[in-house]
Amino acid sequence: MDLDTLTGCLASSACLVTQTTSGFIIGMLLFLVAVGLTLIFGVLKVVNFSHGAFYMFGAYFAMTAYQLTGSFALAMLCGAAGTALLGLIFERVFMSRVYGRDVLMQVLVCYAFVLIFDDVVRMIWGPEFKSMGMPAAFQVPPLFIAGGVVPPYYLLLISVALLAAIILGLGLSRTRIGKVIRAAAHNPGMVSALGINTGLIYGGVFALGGMLAGLAGALAAPVRSLTPGMGFSVLIESFIVTVIGGMGSILGALIGALLIGMIRSFGSLGFPLFTEGLMYLFMVIVLVSRPTGLFGKEVA
Amino acid sequence: MTRTRKPGISRRSTLALMGAGAVTFAAPWVARAQAKTIKVGMPTILSGRVAQLGTSSRNGVMLEVEKVNAAGGLAGRQIEMVIRDSKGQPQEAARVARELVNTDGCELLIDAEASSGAFAVHEVARDLGVLCIHTNSETSALTADPKQHIPNAFRTARQGVHDSIVGGSYAAAISKAKGLKKWATCAPDYAYGRDTTGEFTLYLKRFAPDVEIISESWPKLFQPDYTEVVTKILQAKPQALYSCLWGGDLTSYIDQANIYALFTQMEVFAVNMADYTALTVVKNLPKGIHSGNRYIKTYPATAENAAWGDAYKAKYNEYPTNWSWENATAIMLLAEASKKANSADGKKLAEALRGLKIKSPFGADGTVTMRAEDQTLIGYAIGWGTTIPQEPYVPEVKPGDWKTILELEAEWKKSKGYT
Repeated sequence: MDLDTLTGCLASSACLVTQTTSGFIIGMLLFLVAVGLTLIFGVLKVVNFSHGAFYMFGAYFAMTAYQLTGSFALAMLCGAAGTALLGLIFERVFMSRVYGRDVLMQVLVCYAFVLIFDDVVRMIWGPEFKSMGMPAAFQVPPLFIAGGVVPPYYLLLISVALLAAIILGLGLSRTRIGKVIRAAAHNPGMVSALGINTGLIYGGVFALGGMLAGLAGALAAPVRSLTPGMGFSVLIESFIVTVIGGMGSILGALIGALLIGMIRSFGSLGFPLFTEGLMYLFMVIVLVSRPTGLFGKEVA
Repeated sequence: MTRTRKPGISRRSTLALMGAGAVTFAAPWVARAQAKTIKVGMPTILSGRVAQLGTSSRNGVMLEVEKVNAAGGLAGRQIEMVIRDSKGQPQEAARVARELVNTDGCELLIDAEASSGAFAVHEVARDLGVLCIHTNSETSALTADPKQHIPNAFRTARQGVHDSIVGGSYAAAISKAKGLKKWATCAPDYAYGRDTTGEFTLYLKRFAPDVEIISESWPKLFQPDYTEVVTKILQAKPQALYSCLWGGDLTSYIDQANIYALFTQMEVFAVNMADYTALTVVKNLPKGIHSGNRYIKTYPATAENAAWGDAYKAKYNEYPTNWSWENATAIMLLAEASKKANSADGKKLAEALRGLKIKSPFGADGTVTMRAEDQTLIGYAIGWGTTIPQEPYVPEVKPGDWKTILELEAEWKKSKGYT
């Protein structure tokens, strides 16, 4: 424990700014992955264990697009669009066959695809780790805000993720499609009886979830190394986020992800040897006091 | 007209019998031809996150085996490599090693495992008595600890304590010259990271006693994001940073630290930076990171070393790794030992290997030696330098002094109670 460093940090604006943005960066990337997971669970009622693979594919698609075109915007677009397409195909061809089946069956299909996707990446891009490299536009000295250090790239990253959160939130609550999705989550039989193609909705939601994870992977590609199996590490933390926030809740995913980000960021100062533990401890506390998560609804 | 068959032995069956007889007589020839080859078993990591290192170990071995076979093999016997994937799991490495000897009939073992697996394979070698060369484990205790010692196991890898002595003295010299008193460390949280960091700071403080470690970070192995570690180090405001992160973890760390301009605010010492796997991957490599040499074709700056690096690149379309040279050295040593012993028998080879000094592209003075007392490699090229973002990546390497290394190593062994 190193509480002096932590209190020292809380007292200084420079440290506070740096650590808070650091928490935001970790949190917002995590949010993009976790929100897809929670969305898919909320509507399709399956726990998508292969979700990390979409994050991985997003990063690899972005890297390849960036190498081919040299355009960062195009790279992000390819990362998101590519994984959306992949999500749609994966849901229609494989996942749609195990709805309503035993949970073990669903887990088995997902886990098989974790391994298959990793090997596919290994076959296409090779087993060695890769780096996309920071686009020239962002190779600039960091900004100093109130004495704290903030890299410009991370400002972009946080804004894109926040924008995605806002669009998603408004889209689900205010638009017709959003209403249909929520209805399908609540009572798919009735929605289907009203003449709405639920298969299309399921495929669309899965594609959306995959796209968000892919976008996270693409945004992370310039700063994280790309390896087959890279999805696994974010998957575990995404599960913690959804458990804390409540399975199926988008606001919960946002709050959960930001909490994890802040715990990591400030925890590494105050409890350098217990940062990971702190995360799990927090999850346990939430589970004991609110078993459905902070924003989860009671399961009927 | 109808053909009638006469009773007795037909022409056909005679032929068949003759054929069978020929096979029977020829069989010893086949057997002898098989005995002429010598099977060498090699468990290594060919899948998972560090598969690249296992592949580069295999490449290093195969490059040399081809040369040895072209020159007549080990005492006239062609080498046949049997290479299996251990997936990086110690229990699997031990199982594979045992199977290679017992089922596949391998007479020698090249143990190309990371440290975790090497100790497991070591126990198999102890049990079966087969000649075993550890090629990748850099954990000093594997050969330094007398409890580990067995006459049939050797090591052709660098040793952690050698690296720490050279790194510590190099860093101390720069510390004194530039007045770097406040240091931070950042290392992966497992045995290798903890031990290496401990040994490095031990020697750093020994050579520069006024150095103080003001911040330590222990990120998880294979952690995807280091932002909180980077900002923590920035807050501590050290003058220098030591890290033994490696591979993809190191490149992630550099990419993430780069956008915080960390490298302009302190001197960085990253022992595993100067390896092609990391050097060629990082797109925006900051200038002036201090690193130990792993494998680099420009150090030692000899024609032999450059030729070896180029031959490897020509064959496998990538540069060798630290594990490549360590594995190639095992085959080079075996070839020389078999000449000296005029045999490919494990016991005779072991006898010949003890104290064997061979010419090597990887030697500090053009030779490497298999030290007799603890059966580990000494005299290999070891040094530190600073990186630049393009070839030759580390233009100048300050070589470590083997006399000092050996003196301090002896002292270290005594302090550990090994001698």
